[in-house]
Amino acid sequence: MLNTVYRLVAPRRIEVEFNEINVDQETLIVRPKYLSICNADQRYYQGNRPAEVFLNKLPMALIHECAGQVVYDPKGEYKPGTPVVVVPNTPTEEDALYGENYLPSAKFRGSGFDGFMQDTIASKRDRVIPLPTGIHPYVSAFTEFVSVGVHAIGRFDQIAHHKRDQIAVFGDGNLGYVVATLYHALHPEAEISVIGLNEDKLQNFTFAHGYLAHELPKDFAFDHGFECVGANGAEIAINQLIDHIRPEGTISLLGVSEQKSAINTRMVLEKGLRLFGSSRSGREDFLRVMEIYHKYPKVMSDLEQIVGTVIPVKNIDDMHRAFEADIHKSMGKTIMEWLV
Amino acid sequence: MIFAVVLAGGVGSRMGNAEKPKQFLTIGGKPVLIHTIERFFVHPGFEKVIVPCVKEWKAYTSNLVEKYFPGQDRIVVIEGGSTRNETIMNAIDYIDQAGQLNEETIIVTHDSVRPFVTSRMIDDNIEAVKKYGACNTVTPATDTIVESQDGKVISNIPDRRQMFQGQTPQSFRAVTLKKAYESLTEEEKEILTDACKILVMKQVPVAMVLGEVYNIKITYPYDMRVAESLLKMTLE
Repeated sequence: MLNTVYRLVAPRRIEVEFNEINVDQETLIVRPKYLSICNADQRYYQGNRPAEVFLNKLPMALIHECAGQVVYDPKGEYKPGTPVVVVPNTPTEEDALYGENYLPSAKFRGSGFDGFMQDTIASKRDRVIPLPTGIHPYVSAFTEFVSVGVHAIGRFDQIAHHKRDQIAVFGDGNLGYVVATLYHALHPEAEISVIGLNEDKLQNFTFAHGYLAHELPKDFAFDHGFECVGANGAEIAINQLIDHIRPEGTISLLGVSEQKSAINTRMVLEKGLRLFGSSRSGREDFLRVMEIYHKYPKVMSDLEQIVGTVIPVKNIDDMHRAFEADIHKSMGKTIMEWLV
Repeated sequence: MIFAVVLAGGVGSRMGNAEKPKQFLTIGGKPVLIHTIERFFVHPGFEKVIVPCVKEWKAYTSNLVEKYFPGQDRIVVIEGGSTRNETIMNAIDYIDQAGQLNEETIIVTHDSVRPFVTSRMIDDNIEAVKKYGACNTVTPATDTIVESQDGKVISNIPDRRQMFQGQTPQSFRAVTLKKAYESLTEEEKEILTDACKILVMKQVPVAMVLGEVYNIKITYPYDMRVAESLLKMTLE
């Protein structure tokens, strides 16, 4: 089947192209309904990636956060109209040791191959997760984003020592909000502090103590921390985490940065810290998100707080409008209502 | 109920020396007709996809459909008529004989040689036909349209802002279209080759749905080259 794909061909330039979808028994056809823009998409859109990355990856359709509806299932397991989300990570092999999102051979939508800015998406059956009823449609759009937080917390639960009374989340943006919200729901007994740069944003974290990064008390201390800053601020945030964390604490790194960060390894050694990274997520993390929404309905209403601008997209001009609006937002996820 | 009608009646007289009607020529290794049927087949809104085709090519069309959609009973190949409108009437008769024709029945008709139709265009057609009773997919005219009564000198140059180019899908409430067509004289039937025009003449409102410039009709050998190059851009 011929399929229309809206590919980024150069920074800030999207063009219509076509691909051929082969409909086989293991392929589901999904029509995107809501697409959510991530910072990673913005780095491509604005051209903030090294030139060799562009040469290797473009043209490519952006967006790896998507909710849609099944339009065709050759096996008939899904009824047409079933609301679903699609897992962007696409492993090409199974591995007993490594997680699917850490396999070098795995492909990722909007990074290694076409993302969700398409008329219809042909997806492997195991990459499609049905959405339970009652999920807020805009929140469902950024299920992948939430699953990244779930994935990181899941790994943290396996790695960190058991004294988890005080947790610090560095970063007052969308990622910090998701991680703090999830952690609070899953571990309500923990005292959470959020460290950021913006007083207004910190006010959004109603369940946590807010601190401005440049006004951290000297005696501020916590058992473990999450770095959700990324970009240019990652280095400062990681070093503040190292400075204030108690001995043998664990630091979960989530923020994506194009630059290398110089960190105080002397203090890492002295305190016996563990730093671990998390990236992306897999099918199991998506299923866990659905469990969390079911078990802790408040999480979903809390996540509605970060639904930013919703932009109906009917043509390429609207796509540009959505990306440009996303650049100028202070917080919140920009959602494209996919009507193209 | 909503039926897709993929009009495969053309014999491709404009397609140079091509040996087959243009809907059977392949792009990306697959017949154009199959590409087009697929778009409607995977759309969840349709009860059936009806494919009226020229009598001489009916067996071949049925074989192609069986090859690409084995065992499917949602795609029906029927014999087309002598004109485009007669062909649409045959599709409506098929629906009638199946006992599924009533005031609510909708047909979304589409040229089999326009394989680049999108979900959005189909969705918009369904929405518009439900609201207005009929609709035509169009794009704003980019070239100035020039009218000539005698083919030699210009008789009129209409305001381009009010000009649109017709594409398909064209969608109708089947009963409304059938009644309008049956009210025409034989002479009028000869002249009125476009179904939307019949309704416009009968003062039935026909809504406009926005098409796309790439929703091209494969008519000339040049179009095949355009279609092939559009598809060659694929990365997957």
